[in-house]
Amino acid sequence: MGQTIIEKILSSHSGQEARAGDIVVAELDYVMGQDGTAPLAIRAFADLGGKDVFDRERVAFVIDHSAPSPNEGVSALHKLMREFSREKGFKLYDIGEGVCHQLLPESGEVGPGSLVIGADSHTCTYGALNAFSTGVGSTDLAGGLISGKMWFKVPGTIKFVCNGVLPPGVYSKDLILYLIGRVTADGATYMAVEFTGEAIGALSQEARFTISNMAIEMGAKAGLMEADDKTFAWLRRFTSRKFTPVTADPDAVYTRVLECDAAKLEPQVARPHRVDNVVPVSGAAGKPVQQAVIGTCTNGRLEDLRIAAGILGGRKIHRDVRLIVAPSSRRVFLDAMAEGIIQTLVEAGAVMVTPGCGPCVGTHNGVPSDGETVISTANRNFKGRMGNSNAEIYLASPATVAASAVTGKITDPREFI
Amino acid sequence: MYFKGKAHKFGDDVNTDYIISGKYKFKTLDMKELAKHVMEDLEPGFYQKVAVGDFIVAGSNFGCGSSREQAPLAIKYADVGAVLARSFARIFYRNAINTGLPVVECDTAQIEAGDELSIDLEAGVINNRSKGTLIPVKPLPAVMIKILKDGGLAPHFRKHGGFNFD
Ligand code: SF4
Repeated sequence: MGQTIIEKILSSHSGQEARAGDIVVAELDYVMGQDGTAPLAIRAFADLGGKDVFDRERVAFVIDHSAPSPNEGVSALHKLMREFSREKGFKLYDIGEGVCHQLLPESGEVGPGSLVIGADSHTCTYGALNAFSTGVGSTDLAGGLISGKMWFKVPGTIKFVCNGVLPPGVYSKDLILYLIGRVTADGATYMAVEFTGEAIGALSQEARFTISNMAIEMGAKAGLMEADDKTFAWLRRFTSRKFTPVTADPDAVYTRVLECDAAKLEPQVARPHRVDNVVPVSGAAGKPVQQAVIGTCTNGRLEDLRIAAGILGGRKIHRDVRLIVAPSSRRVFLDAMAEGIIQTLVEAGAVMVTPGCGPCVGTHNGVPSDGETVISTANRNFKGRMGNSNAEIYLASPATVAASAVTGKITDPREFI
Repeated sequence: MYFKGKAHKFGDDVNTDYIISGKYKFKTLDMKELAKHVMEDLEPGFYQKVAVGDFIVAGSNFGCGSSREQAPLAIKYADVGAVLARSFARIFYRNAINTGLPVVECDTAQIEAGDELSIDLEAGVINNRSKGTLIPVKPLPAVMIKILKDGGLAPHFRKHGGFNFD
């Protein structure tokens, strides 16, 4: 009987044949914490009796969620992280370097076949690199920091077969929003998902990250893809390390297989206050917005900024809209600058904020006011997510957000291309 | 493990942002302080309403969203005895066990707000004393029972010097 991707990765890291339902203790290739979770993990580290981290080269902390610090409480927690990482001798990415889920792939430490835990739910992003990476809490993180191991229940897998190729103006964000709308917010709880099919193969590596990033929004433990030439070409920009790709066996057993026709897809929007409250953009078009956000670990990559600039070039944002842009890393910021993208965005009226999470999680950088509507490229639109429970958040692709910033209301980006 | 208390009902997909908003969790490691804001976006004043040992009773996918461990901790520090739900989001479930907050998977449709419940986790049953009904509980994986019995992941590590599931 064949194995799924996650069964194979858990087998190779636990030294036993892992099948859905088994419990295994697996070796970790990399362990990551960010400023929302690491401070508690530092406390748990002491509580667990930790002295040193298992391997300094395979651990990193990232200060990205509230960066730079908006108040003294946050500053104290950042200081705690800096001191701890210095004392233990491992890497800390400080403010302005970017979002953890951009930095780990760019570090070259994560690739096909890797097993990674991160104390952040969107750690599933690296599934697009054919890695099993998953989000954990602070105590599991502390256990991983100390032992380099974690226990896992081997999940069953749902396979999405995405046929056809996305039409112009429709992006990977639209595809994943559509799939989440179809299976709902808990459609893959306790499960892994694999994304396959012509539509996935046709996407750039950057666009694929957006899909794996949002696997958690259907409850999934991992959002896995197979590696191809595009994956390896992308990795070669950052590392010369060799990775061994992991493919699913043809006779692997899936809990469920779902097909979709990507060629028929329209731009999609998730309406407040649920990520699975998804409609084609026509179902929300015309809704006035006061704030637009481009960035986050979902859609803050170079390609995303380029798509936005394609729409904003030579135009101005609507006078009733604030447009906030947060590149996902310093490297993305620099590349976008070299390409003239930042010039275009700022000329159109965008406000650039520090590479990192930006306003995504409501600590700073653009908290909306009561009764306001935000359209964002982020991955969550929960009530209060951006710091105000009396605001509404719509989620969409960078193209849809850029088009909406121009018109001042939710707009189908195909009107601009 | 035996618990007794009153039910406070919530719906499906209660996410960690609702349990404790990001705007608070970044500010402090003082869980008693965070606990004052627990569930406030869904039910303002919840912290005042809940008595020691009361239960949060919810639908499916409780604790979805971010991996913040402040979520189970804020519930625990608000003196909630246990969370009962039809299903839990994966990360929350692990975090709750790791930090010693009992989580109980069961058919919560049989429980109404204000019902008096007693729970016997070893026996795997809930007694809804207001309705006079018994509700079976989905058993925890063996690994989790082992961690819970040691009192959470920290005592488990201290006791065994690492993971020990043999
Ligand atoms: S950008 Fe948003 S979703 Fe991504 S890691 Fe940061 S806070 Fe989380």
